[in-house]
Amino acid sequence: MTRHLLSSADLSRSEVENILATAESMHDLQRREVKKVPTLRGRTVINFFFEDSTRTRSSFEIAGKWMSADTINLSAKGSSTSKGESLRDTAMTIDAMSVDALVIRHHASGACQQVSQWVRCSVINAGDGTHEHPTQALLDAYTLRSRLGDLDGKHVVIVGDLTHSRVFRSNVITLKTLGARVTVVAPPTLMPSGIATWSASDGFATSWDLDAVLGGDDPVDAVMMLRVQRERMSGGYFPTAREYTVGYGLTRDRLDRLVARNPEVLILHPGPMNRGLEIAPEAADSARSVVLDQVSAGVAVRMAVLYHLLAGNDADTPPREPGRAPDLETTPAVAALPSAAPQPEGVAR
Amino acid sequence: MTRLLVRGARILGGDPADLLVEDGVIREVGAMGAEGTGVEVIDADGLVALPGLVDLHVHLREPGREDAETIATGSAAAAVGGYTAVFAMANTSPVTDTAEAAERVLDLGRAAGLVDVVPVGAVTKGLEGAELAELGLMARSRAQVRVFSDDGRCVHDARLMRRALEYVKAFGGVISQHAQDPRLADATACCHEGELSGRLGLPGWPSVAEETIVARDVMLARHTGSRIHVAHVSTAGTVEVVRWAKAQGIDVTAEVTPHHLALTTDLLAGYDPVYKVNPPLRPQEDVEALRAALADGTIDVVATDHAPHARQDKEHTFVDAAFGMLGLETALAVVSDLMVRPGLLDWADVARVMSTAPARIGGLTGHGRALEPGSPANITLVDPDREVTVDAASSRSRSRNNPWHGRTFRGAVHTTIHRGTVTHSTDTTVMESAS
Repeated sequence: MTRHLLSSADLSRSEVENILATAESMHDLQRREVKKVPTLRGRTVINFFFEDSTRTRSSFEIAGKWMSADTINLSAKGSSTSKGESLRDTAMTIDAMSVDALVIRHHASGACQQVSQWVRCSVINAGDGTHEHPTQALLDAYTLRSRLGDLDGKHVVIVGDLTHSRVFRSNVITLKTLGARVTVVAPPTLMPSGIATWSASDGFATSWDLDAVLGGDDPVDAVMMLRVQRERMSGGYFPTAREYTVGYGLTRDRLDRLVARNPEVLILHPGPMNRGLEIAPEAADSARSVVLDQVSAGVAVRMAVLYHLLAGNDADTPPREPGRAPDLETTPAVAALPSAAPQPEGVAR
Repeated sequence: MTRLLVRGARILGGDPADLLVEDGVIREVGAMGAEGTGVEVIDADGLVALPGLVDLHVHLREPGREDAETIATGSAAAAVGGYTAVFAMANTSPVTDTAEAAERVLDLGRAAGLVDVVPVGAVTKGLEGAELAELGLMARSRAQVRVFSDDGRCVHDARLMRRALEYVKAFGGVISQHAQDPRLADATACCHEGELSGRLGLPGWPSVAEETIVARDVMLARHTGSRIHVAHVSTAGTVEVVRWAKAQGIDVTAEVTPHHLALTTDLLAGYDPVYKVNPPLRPQEDVEALRAALADGTIDVVATDHAPHARQDKEHTFVDAAFGMLGLETALAVVSDLMVRPGLLDWADVARVMSTAPARIGGLTGHGRALEPGSPANITLVDPDREVTVDAASSRSRSRNNPWHGRTFRGAVHTTIHRGTVTHSTDTTVMESAS
């Protein structure tokens, strides 16, 4: 793993598995009464969000705080970069404050990759335009693995606005990295350009027909519904919300058919959901839905990413205070953590 | 009386000959004896002599963005690139859409005195695409504007385009169209639409956004009996349309930039805005079709679309960064390396596509002339064997958005002679004595 996490393609299978293993330890920590560990004490993590976000920003913020990093949230929404400060100046200004990591959410594809070339700190992509969202793919993989086990050969279907989805772009990479089979479904107008050659070279399937995929010969282990923005209608991507739902929504009827074929099928959604558009409330709230598990996994996965980027191979972490438990830095192998301290029972996930 | 003797240059790559220049005009061509006194001598042994290069498409940013380029710095870059005339596009601030604005560009070019700076007039007022600019007054002005373009924007309205094509016939004008349907390539589009744009999550321009406009415009040119020039052709489909139109006898000409001949869309994988340009870099198939079309004459002209930008306008995210790249200083080297060395063009062809044809399309009588007695002494000497490695920092342009930095080309401009005066030479002794 490099200094940065910019794209899901930066991670090999073993690196993904390492992060997910660490995330399991972190997830155990979430169930404790005292959630704070000193692992990143003295480190500074800036969450720089050029675009609105509730869950991703709070998830990164909690992850940093639970690891004792100094986390600072900056928001630059609405600042017109074309008229104001250049992206390079903004990035170098933050970097000059000697921060350790810069978590960036940006409305422009490639922004994190560009920033990474100008700064000394680690850069973590928290979603760049319609490009990628690698920690989302990791938390989705974490959620899937916690229910399905090894993802080798598992069939995951991703449905929705693929053109504008960074969740799709990162997920298709990470899922393939972990050996899953992926089918992506969208109307032709919401398929990214070049999808035919892209899917062929990267080894995933595409379809315009959701029912054919869900009812096909290849049983479905999980369905990931992507958010469809209503403003896409004005761009002429599809005629009406009603028509979209009939063609590509996870309706109650489709849910029933899915569960009838595979009672263990999982329903994912990165949020925020448009209930009634791409996902019926019955599907969102069904026993097969793991939407809240995804959110919960988000904190653990982001802790794991921060750990691997900032503390993983670094001997320069602050010394442990005796008697203060739990302490992640006692063992580089964080996976050993669950046995390191008694876990309170009955703490809600 | 200033006299200049160019010794032993291979005219258009042919046999060596001497050229005697007096008072800005070529007086004699052939084998000459001792030069006598008061004659400046350029040893052109091994060099190829071309008529001074003419660029139909540059952006000099003055007036308005003198921090990115001025007519003087752009002229200096042009001289380094072997150019003796450049057509300055109208998308300045204010726009070149009046006779006064055109004359101002002309005068600033004369003051700089390194190349003939020929203003291009806007087709529509303020490049707004709504009303015709004063095309006739610009044509009648001292600047004698003949090329009109809203470059940077497409003249999208079909009726307006038809009227413009008809109107400029009265004074032998030509419309240079930036072919790009704004409804197919919206305001956020920033790269070629294809697999890479899909992967990178960048909004793309489909090739068809260019091709449909070119198809429409050649039919309008046929209908009006007028001339149409297609600026910076970037796709194989456009080449097909232009080839078909020429076969029909439609009066269409087309240009290609060095970067569209050489660079491909996969350079965008790192989101480096230096490669952001309009029209966008295309895939290898298009690049090959463009080279073939330039070789077979379907494409008439190499034009640089030299587009300097201040550093801060490029240091943004890819979608927010400005469009355009430098080209004046490197064009001949790129054409030499990519077209001449593989045998796709010979030096007579280079003279055609980089001097004669652009001068003819732009209505310049003093440029693109055969190197023979009586012609104005606009001469470019090329060293076909010299290797040059491009260094962005050493550019005479005021800007540094140079996509060629670090690349090595074989074939380089040695000396540029503009109206009998040496305006550039890699031989410093010549420059010193000339100044």
